[in-house]
Amino acid sequence: MSDSIKVIVEKCIGCGLCVKVCPFSAITITNKKAIIDLTKCNLCGACKDACKFQAIAIFKPQMAKKDFSSYKDVWVFVESERGKISGVSFELLGKARELAADLHSKVVAVFLGKDIKAKAQTLISKGADKVILVDKPELENFISENYANVISHLIKKYKPEIFLAGATTAGRSLVSRIAVTIYTGLTADCTGLHIDKEKRLLVQTRPAFGGNIMAQIISPNYRPQMSTVRHKVMQEASEDTKRKGEIIEEIIEGSFIDGRVKFIEFIQEEISKVNLSDADIIVSGGRGIADSKNFKLIEELAQTLGGAVGASRATVDSGWISYSHQVGQTGRTVAPKIYIACGISGQIQHLVGMQSSKIIVAINKDPDAPIFKVANYGIVGDLFTVIPLLIKKFKETKK
Amino acid sequence: MKIIVCIKQVPDTTEVRINPETNTLVREGVASIINPFDMYAIEEAVQLKEKFGAETIVITMGPPQADSALREALSMGIDQAILLSDRAFAGSDTWATSYVLSRAIEKIGNFDLVICGKQASDGDTAQVGPGIATHINLPQATYVRKVDNVDLEKKVIRLERLLEEGYEIIEVSMPLLMTVVKEINTPRLPSLRGKMRARSQAITTWTHKDLDLKEESLGLKGSPTQVVKIFTPPPREKGMILEGEPEAVVDKLVGELKKHLI
Repeated sequence: MSDSIKVIVEKCIGCGLCVKVCPFSAITITNKKAIIDLTKCNLCGACKDACKFQAIAIFKPQMAKKDFSSYKDVWVFVESERGKISGVSFELLGKARELAADLHSKVVAVFLGKDIKAKAQTLISKGADKVILVDKPELENFISENYANVISHLIKKYKPEIFLAGATTAGRSLVSRIAVTIYTGLTADCTGLHIDKEKRLLVQTRPAFGGNIMAQIISPNYRPQMSTVRHKVMQEASEDTKRKGEIIEEIIEGSFIDGRVKFIEFIQEEISKVNLSDADIIVSGGRGIADSKNFKLIEELAQTLGGAVGASRATVDSGWISYSHQVGQTGRTVAPKIYIACGISGQIQHLVGMQSSKIIVAINKDPDAPIFKVANYGIVGDLFTVIPLLIKKFKETKK
Repeated sequence: MKIIVCIKQVPDTTEVRINPETNTLVREGVASIINPFDMYAIEEAVQLKEKFGAETIVITMGPPQADSALREALSMGIDQAILLSDRAFAGSDTWATSYVLSRAIEKIGNFDLVICGKQASDGDTAQVGPGIATHINLPQATYVRKVDNVDLEKKVIRLERLLEEGYEIIEVSMPLLMTVVKEINTPRLPSLRGKMRARSQAITTWTHKDLDLKEESLGLKGSPTQVVKIFTPPPREKGMILEGEPEAVVDKLVGELKKHLI
């Protein structure tokens, strides 16, 4: 195999611009020439773009141009949790409308489940032009194997140009199976999607390294172009109950049902009345709350604001609160409208899980705590004084 | 039982800093570690081995340096390690990565369980686990927080999966692939004996020639997705530190937040 990236020695002047932009520290300058460490290089092309002397060449495999003219429409996977359509699906319909407008194509909602026909109109009211419906008792519970089999079949039949799903536990478990089955490109956890109209391509933007870098990804030679999209990033379209659309019911064979996975039961977590990834407001407690019983205070503030309770790793590891509340690298990644960090110092592992929140409020005794670097509003003070006051004031303003 | 654990070596995020001048990642001197979620996968394999008796094998795809990640897994009690390393694998996206791993797993053969971490801390995709399962046509259980029961006679495993609003219990027939979350266990520290053994143990390396692979499905060529641009996100707006008497400060904050709540 020929090497896929090369420094053209005659052109390289050893200026070091490429060294600075390389996100993988794969380039060094030796004897005034750039040298690329191929074991570190990810072939992302940042160096090639930065080089003012066209001294770096990347040999991307040339593919014969495929004809994709039969692929059309933007599909949205409709996710439901125990009979209720998830918010992320409506957000995706909103985004799909924008993409479909740029492509002059239609928005199609793919809706699987049991006894779901009555809900199809909601999807049309919220932006779908068509709903492909598969109503079957075996599809009542989300089992990724069954859903992937059915949807892969539908994709082969209808050939969508783009396929979107929420970057939820269900979405992420499902879509990778479909992408492998179809052999197409999938980009996880996108925070931005737009159409390159000239090339008729979906440009997908996603964070990597816990949001420290952003990558733009395309899938030019494969269809559909598949993405999972973060919750709370896209805007729901406004509801129009007069909107008209087509509902197509698909009958599928029993052979699509994989007998190897059996759903037994679902157990709702008592304290997580508000789902972390669904919440507009999250109030999180860290080591600074000093004791498990003080989570009551965090809960009370969260409740007052109609938000969810988050936690730092330290509090979870101390057994003060269950793991499902942990925000950060080894917990959940969240991006609410408002994130209130109480007694959290702001280690990088915590920051990567919440730094995409729109507004960050930090309450901490230590003025040098790193959390203040990402906070829009910081209060240096004792949380046991500040939080009760906050609860009081918010309750007053509600009245 | 035969258990295969898939791991990835990643840069240690705790050491990743942003150069304030260039606004890029500083990765010089950043240590490589086993992806934090993969530590739980390794530990779960070792615990299952202790409970039911099992042969455990760890595999990783990466550059020759990934050898150190494999040795760490061995030191925790995994029996054997295989490194999948080849220039032809470079530039693989999640499709091509799961393809190579799946072929290696099939070559090992005769397994009952494949365990992966729920996602890697550098890419955060959570796609490779389900991708491997699909390439081999295995049933999968993602986000596993607990193994309730392993019935070796009926070849069925009962698991708890952590979801957004609670957890679900499922039964999956073996062989299967599962991805695990932190809640499942506490990874052990390697014992001195484990470390000694890991240092001297031979590690098998497989290149694309050792595996039944289609060349057009490898590396950049086999990857449907292409990275076209990498950039650092704009830094967050400079924040406001509210100072003064607690009452006044809280008033101010409530006033500011109300603007964002509408």
